[in-house]
Amino acid sequence: MSVELLNFIETVLNGLMSGVMYSLVALGFVLIFKASGVFNFAQGVFALFAALTLVGYQTGQVPFAHLINELFGTNYHNWYASMPNFLAILLTMVTMIALAWIIERLVLKHLVNQDPIILFMATIGLAFALEGVGDLMWGSDVKVLDVGIPSGGSIWLEEATIGLAAEGSDYYGMYVDVLNIWATVIAVILVVSLALFSQYTKTGRALRAVADDHQAALSVGISLRSIWILVWAISGFIAMVAGIMWGTESGVQFSLSLIALKALPVLILGGFTSIPGAIIGGLLIGVGEKLAEIYIGGYFETGALENWFAYVMALVFLLFRPQGLFGDKIIERV
Amino acid sequence: MRIKQILIGMIASVIAVSSYIEMAIADLKFPMLVYRTGAYAPNGIPNADGFVDYYKMINARDGGIGGEKILHPECETGYKTQVGVECYEKNKKDAMVFQPMSTGITYQLIPKATADGVTIYSTGYGRTSAANGKVFKWVFNAPVTYWDGASIAVRHILKQNFGNIKGKKIALVYHNSAYGKEPIRTLETLSKKHGFKLMLLPVDHPGQEQKATWLKIRKARPNYVLMWGWGVMNQVAIKSAASIKFPMENFIGIWWSGSENDVLPAGQGAHGYKSLTFNAPGTNYQVHADIKKFVHDKGEASGDGSHFGTVLYNRGLFQAMVQVEAATVAQKIHGTSKITPAMYRDGFENINLSAKRLEELGFKDFAPPFKISCENHGGSGLAAVQQWDAKAKKWNMITEYMYGDSDVVQKLIAEDSSKYAAEQKIAERCN
Repeated sequence: MSVELLNFIETVLNGLMSGVMYSLVALGFVLIFKASGVFNFAQGVFALFAALTLVGYQTGQVPFAHLINELFGTNYHNWYASMPNFLAILLTMVTMIALAWIIERLVLKHLVNQDPIILFMATIGLAFALEGVGDLMWGSDVKVLDVGIPSGGSIWLEEATIGLAAEGSDYYGMYVDVLNIWATVIAVILVVSLALFSQYTKTGRALRAVADDHQAALSVGISLRSIWILVWAISGFIAMVAGIMWGTESGVQFSLSLIALKALPVLILGGFTSIPGAIIGGLLIGVGEKLAEIYIGGYFETGALENWFAYVMALVFLLFRPQGLFGDKIIERV
Repeated sequence: MRIKQILIGMIASVIAVSSYIEMAIADLKFPMLVYRTGAYAPNGIPNADGFVDYYKMINARDGGIGGEKILHPECETGYKTQVGVECYEKNKKDAMVFQPMSTGITYQLIPKATADGVTIYSTGYGRTSAANGKVFKWVFNAPVTYWDGASIAVRHILKQNFGNIKGKKIALVYHNSAYGKEPIRTLETLSKKHGFKLMLLPVDHPGQEQKATWLKIRKARPNYVLMWGWGVMNQVAIKSAASIKFPMENFIGIWWSGSENDVLPAGQGAHGYKSLTFNAPGTNYQVHADIKKFVHDKGEASGDGSHFGTVLYNRGLFQAMVQVEAATVAQKIHGTSKITPAMYRDGFENINLSAKRLEELGFKDFAPPFKISCENHGGSGLAAVQQWDAKAKKWNMITEYMYGDSDVVQKLIAEDSSKYAAEQKIAERCN
């Protein structure tokens, strides 16, 4: 095989892996939008908050320590040295469920029957509030997140592919980060579990009923409020998974909340109401931006296509299929 | 009765406010443009803490500068240029000096501050050609500029290759902003001079995703990678370099890409990464002992005090020290403690931070000595290389402070500043 072809395959593979990371964020958006019609702008901050909380629990950090010390002249920082990963993840999940409940009580409950734009604005407010609370609770330092997921280039893949190039060519094997392989495996497990949950459990069927028609679901006795709490809790869990993956890659810090912006083109491509759409959209965006950066980036003086090419793809897509690949078709009756 | 009470209250308030204003004018106002929130907060906080702790220490230990207390109101910019300009407008009255802490904000403030008569001090960042004091009367960027930095990095590479880097490949991974683009011109000139091939690889804000950039590096196999990054871009770049097994000793960042924040998330993978620096890390200096005694031990530390001695905290101390020294010099020149912004600028232009003076200020061996003059606002142009020891979790200085390629840098500064002078119709001074 020629080195160029192998490099092309490597770019596509890495694009797919990055796409999975985007899909993890997009999934949370889709779940909430399907169940409650709310475009949750705070999904990126959810991921940040979950990752901050997880590191906080892992390292035994006292929440609001800075505030407490300032108010009472104390000097508390940590109350234990470390916590096992499993327990820290479990506690973070409980925290995200509690957060979903608080959001339902304080925000959503008061905005039932409001226009979607009002709900969207509320989630913008929520994003800022949650970012502030996260800052107060856990501080703004860059935090090292390690839950035992390996990272770094896969040596196995490198060695397995080095012989594929023609003899004598300057090729040193294919590169894929092990962390991204793990993210793919976790995303597959997540999507399969979600599908099984919504297909084969009573609560899952109720969730789908609410997603299809709120009024009809209410009329057969499904509690809209408990379903909303459940959906926000599930998307909080997905945000935690996304936060772990992204946080392991870059350290947990406040720029993590900006990953939500990476999910927008994914949603435009895949549709706001489709879980497979979020996955396929993510993969397309991931591959598209990597190919664009590597193969046409050199023709642009400003470069850095990797960050904005996804939006160009989304805009082009909007012209031909505004509802996205798998979104519900928009039918306007006259 | 009620109207009478309101009137008395109003009069009392007016008297209180006017007496406060009078007091404020007598103090020395050093407004701080900070970013304690947002994507760049992890870097902005330790740096701002360094400033605040130093000012507090001077106020507590010396009773201020020549008896005048330092006021240091903070304005949050979030590293956003537009907000930074608003902060400047809000705080410029009676301000001695602004430290924009962003190259983008510095570029916007240069014409404004020049018109308003306010000093801008961009320590080792901002517009490089502002080092030419003949054109940029109100702007200072000592002790070293980005163009010095680029040529010092190349000089370090030259030393490692016995003076010959012809045919070598050097990649520049840079923040796609005014800051990140600063070294390009110098590196292009140096690539012609030394015969190395330059690869330019921009990374957009914030730099959370750089996979394609590092795939390019993996394919092109440059001999060295230089980085002009900030915030999360640094952490992701260092981790990505480790992931593709790029030799870390051949990866050199500018002084804003060399803090503990940048290397810790990569763990052992960051071992051997290098960066330039113009100040030392650690707490073994007199200034730290004084801050501990007069600020931290009294429970007055800025933040939780956890950044004490880190690279960016120490840089904040250094930046604040230079600003305070300018006021001291201005007071001496003009024979009054109550200096005006114009007098303060005169002080800045006559700073002489010799080894002896640095020792007096508690900064012995903390940074190389430098002088500022009417012509030279860029200082000594000295920087050293530090290397990260991931096992010990500390930076080690591995070279002496060294000069860049002054032939190349001075020529570029002269070209760029004359162009600016022609555009702005500025007559050169210091003749």
